[in-house]
Amino acid sequence: MSAVADTHSQEHHHGPASGITRWLFTTNHKDIGTMYLIFSFTMFLLGGSMAMVIRAELFQPGLQIVQPEFFNQMTTMHGLIMVFGAVMPAFVGLANWMLPLMIGAPDMALPRMNNWSFWLLPCAFLILVSTLFMQGGAPNFGWTFYAPLSTTYGPPSTTFFIFAVHIMGISSIMGAINVIATILNLRAPGMTLMKMPLFVWTWLITAFLLIAVMPVLAGVVTMMLMDIHFGTSFFDASGGGDPVLFQHVFWFFGHPEVYIMILPAFGAISHIVSAFSRKPLFGYASMVYAVGAIALLSFVVWAHHMFTVGVPLTGQLFFMYATMLIAVPTGVKVFNWVATMFRGSLTFEAPMLFAVAFIVLFTIGGFSGLMLAIAPADFQYHDTYFVVAHFHYVLVPGAIFGIFASAYFWLPKWTGHMYDETLAKTHFWLSFVGMNLAFFPMHFLGLAGMPRRIPDYALQFADFNMVSSIGAFLFGATQILFLFIVVKCVRGGEKAPAKPWEGAEGLEWTVPSPAPYHTFATPPEVK
Amino acid sequence: MAQEQSYYVPEQSKWPIIATVGLGLTLYGVASIMVNAKQGESTTLSWLMFFAGALVMAYMLFGWFGSVIREGRAGLYSDQMDRSFRWGMSWFIFSEVMFFAAFFGALFYVRMFAVPWLGGEGDKATANMLWEGFQASWPLINNPDPEAFPGPKEVIGPWGLPFINTILLVSSSFTITVAHHALKAGNRQKLKLWLGATILLGLAFLVLQAEEYVHAYQDLDLTLSSGIYGSTFFMLTGFHGAHVTLGTIMLIVMFFRVQKGHFTEDSHFGFEASSWYWHFVDVVWLCLFVFVYII
Amino acid sequence: MRVQTKRALPVVAVAGVAIPSVSLAEWTINMSPGVTESSNQIFDLHMTILGICVAIGVVVFGVMFWSIIAHRKSRGHKPANFHENTVVEILWTIIPFAILVAMAIPATATLIDMYDASDAGVDIKVTGYQWRWQYEYVDEEFSFFSNLTTPTDQIQNRQAKDKNYLLEVDNPVKVPVGEKVRFLLTSNDVIHSWWVPALGVKKDAIPGFINEAWARIDEPGIYRGQCTELCGKGHGFMPIVVEAVPQEEYQTWVADQRAAAERERELTQKDWTRDELMERGESVYNTVCAACHQPDGSGSPPAFPALRGSAIATGDINAHTDIVVNGVSGTAMQAFGEQLSEVELAAVITYERNAWGNDTGDMVSPKEIMEYMSE
Repeated sequence: MSAVADTHSQEHHHGPASGITRWLFTTNHKDIGTMYLIFSFTMFLLGGSMAMVIRAELFQPGLQIVQPEFFNQMTTMHGLIMVFGAVMPAFVGLANWMLPLMIGAPDMALPRMNNWSFWLLPCAFLILVSTLFMQGGAPNFGWTFYAPLSTTYGPPSTTFFIFAVHIMGISSIMGAINVIATILNLRAPGMTLMKMPLFVWTWLITAFLLIAVMPVLAGVVTMMLMDIHFGTSFFDASGGGDPVLFQHVFWFFGHPEVYIMILPAFGAISHIVSAFSRKPLFGYASMVYAVGAIALLSFVVWAHHMFTVGVPLTGQLFFMYATMLIAVPTGVKVFNWVATMFRGSLTFEAPMLFAVAFIVLFTIGGFSGLMLAIAPADFQYHDTYFVVAHFHYVLVPGAIFGIFASAYFWLPKWTGHMYDETLAKTHFWLSFVGMNLAFFPMHFLGLAGMPRRIPDYALQFADFNMVSSIGAFLFGATQILFLFIVVKCVRGGEKAPAKPWEGAEGLEWTVPSPAPYHTFATPPEVK
Repeated sequence: MAQEQSYYVPEQSKWPIIATVGLGLTLYGVASIMVNAKQGESTTLSWLMFFAGALVMAYMLFGWFGSVIREGRAGLYSDQMDRSFRWGMSWFIFSEVMFFAAFFGALFYVRMFAVPWLGGEGDKATANMLWEGFQASWPLINNPDPEAFPGPKEVIGPWGLPFINTILLVSSSFTITVAHHALKAGNRQKLKLWLGATILLGLAFLVLQAEEYVHAYQDLDLTLSSGIYGSTFFMLTGFHGAHVTLGTIMLIVMFFRVQKGHFTEDSHFGFEASSWYWHFVDVVWLCLFVFVYII
Repeated sequence: MRVQTKRALPVVAVAGVAIPSVSLAEWTINMSPGVTESSNQIFDLHMTILGICVAIGVVVFGVMFWSIIAHRKSRGHKPANFHENTVVEILWTIIPFAILVAMAIPATATLIDMYDASDAGVDIKVTGYQWRWQYEYVDEEFSFFSNLTTPTDQIQNRQAKDKNYLLEVDNPVKVPVGEKVRFLLTSNDVIHSWWVPALGVKKDAIPGFINEAWARIDEPGIYRGQCTELCGKGHGFMPIVVEAVPQEEYQTWVADQRAAAERERELTQKDWTRDELMERGESVYNTVCAACHQPDGSGSPPAFPALRGSAIATGDINAHTDIVVNGVSGTAMQAFGEQLSEVELAAVITYERNAWGNDTGDMVSPKEIMEYMSE
């Protein structure tokens, strides 16, 4: 009986269904990956529009375009949408597309749950974005939503925000479980852990971080909900609670969260640098250990986001030392990428341009991070534009350029066509210039004394703010070009071979371009 | 044969999108109920939305798990698929552990730092300047601002109902283990008996816990708004109770499946998964018993 | 202007960069060394870690750019095949670790210093409010609020902005030069943060708790800062101005403040006319209430109700008084009975009952407020 059922299910692998139900009911990792990527880019444009509103208001001193109440909603929603709607789903999309291909698996371990993880996101963001239209406005307390600003003093939409976060959390946790089960269980025979491609390693570790900390986020928003509606006093000193408790629980989630947002990029960049240097990645084993070390350390550094709240001295010192320590494995990774390039045979197609920019600019972000780690110095940097500069350097030329590099790298595999290289290089250079114009001056603004999250500022900050806004507008407009490039590539272009990149290695390059709907129904043998 | 069996990838399925609609309706409904109630507005529509969502979720659970059970019993699942389920369930339980860790962490912080500081002890003793007359203690009966947060009259000691509940849960972990062995030995009668006993013990726990809550609210003035003691007490025991409820429901479903003849001696992952979850719930209770009731 | 530090290592490391970086600070590119020993220690740490990062960056990016030029395929360079080198990898793990340890030592020393708020000569309790600061000189028994004085016309671009746009207040904090001043920080509502870059002091103001910070200012002058924790819509509009003055001037000022506080307490007993109350009330309203309820009383419903034509401002006087004095719990309406004097309370209630066409003809006297609050 089971044999019959077996062959029946094998023969049932036709191409994809048609119409909208294909996308609603799909269990196919390629379809789901595509949906994640499209969703992520849509959210990127939405969150980006909010950034344009912010930079338009900050173009000059004075209040010209929006009032402070709405400005605070823009900064909050920009952060939430970019973190939870753009960066994380993009990496999950890349994982969905590439992990089964890289390990020679027919699909993700739990394909129906995979679909659920995706569709929960549009649901959650519908709720989140709808708060903009609710009475009292959208959440306006920063993406970090500290209590009691977010509890006692928050708008009514805060409750909807909390449940939207719960839905996103469920999506992420299920997605992470799927990734771990896939990687640990579905690798082709012969692919031991230390033979896995780096992107697989970084996603394995990212998935572990997700499962560990998303529930803690769920915990903290639940405590918020209880304080708002049920009279608890988690964050209220008059009942014996403490607003700083919020910060501890939030950042216990929040710090690993930022590593969740960069580790997959580390993995992808390792593939891309190696491919375009035509040289094996330098120090594979230490790359793996470095990512593991970063992940472990990420659990014990959270209070470096809280250096000014009055943590007792011993605690402050511990967190300073632990935070400084993360620079070591991160540095090892940067050195390894450079050593991979060194004495390679380099070409600079779009993926490599983004990868090289990643290495330089993410490292600059890492340097400002190291400066922030010095606790007494942080007293001058904390909650200023210096911090805004830091995290935009690690997130934009870090995570986002990592995603762009990956997209260009794998678009031929996804679509069967080469993208337009000239347009892509244009996208790179305009993004590079725009991004640096937008965010480099923010270092100066912070050092000069400009706080974060203000809609208006003193006159000495005017010049750099204007430069920053111009850079931001350039960067924002350029992303429309990226949309054009992707659509153009999907619709046509030079036919891509199975392995369009001379130096690329891995099982994903052994299947045709575009990759067939079902791949590796029988796992390959890996030597 | 198991090694040649390919990894089953289900074709299209309507359950995930139905689950999305269900979860979305349920949670949006809950949010609307809470917000409307707080603003003194009508909650009728919100309750309707919540029930609609809950119905959709129930429909989805039957449908989705039903598909999985059918596919499993049709022999579509290889050993490798079985391992996927095991990894999945284990990591899910780990995520639940982390959820509780957040609340235990909050309890730890409040007891070690916040309350002593407010009471004038430790590195940030200056806090006491704002709360004249407040003395730190645990359990915290008198809050820093007793007008805003009237404290409880008393708290619940460990050696009454909570101790009985501990016996109940620990016994139930024992009974379900016996049931599991019976299943593996092919003894269906014994399986039904000991699984049934586990369910009864779980239900008894829930009944006693509900009684304890009523006693806390009515007689002891120990409520969610009794200050930080009440907040942490109810959040930890409350979420634990919710997980026991979920676990009991899972066991009841397994019981019905056993009645229908499901599960063989060497293929019964549904039962195992429920059993793991049950043990997890027991371990959390033990931590609660020690850190919330005793010390 | 730099104060001599006792930390040899950062001085040596920073010497070559210090002088140009001070002048760079005037172009507002770099942090300023500030006017306290703490701020100078921080500046040294900042320049040291910046120097280290720049040096490492130059080396690493230098190697990389060299590769980009010399190892291009288009130049004919063939790829080497090496992919590990244990010695090198150990070195580039250990050397950064050693650099970090070296950096941690002065950082630890500075932090230990900054945490020691003992033996202060002046204690000032700083309370953050939405959206202004209150300063209470703990041993001197007077306190005052410090509000932004930049006119709305400048913010709304109807008037040209003056030099200290958004950084000017009605009542600056005066402190004596050369003496250790301890700040006890807390908040009345949400978390705020008190930052004056020139002093090297930033500490969060947390409701229900007290944080300590201290400064010993070496140079007389005016030092400006801002709130640095998002606290609602007025977050960008609650600056800090600290005036450090010589001891004698400080003592005179303290005496004046004590006398003024005494006079204000006496004013409660005076018989005020409605016009006097209206005049005082308008000024209190515009400083304290207009941020939420708007200068024209139209508010921003539902969070901030309108007062013009409102049932509360034209209805029962006691109910109106209760709201102003005790606030409305669960909302952003604070209990102003704790923040304003009886004179100010009486004046602002009188104003609200008669302004914008409300015209009730009512009047509340400071004595009546005093009686109300003692019940």
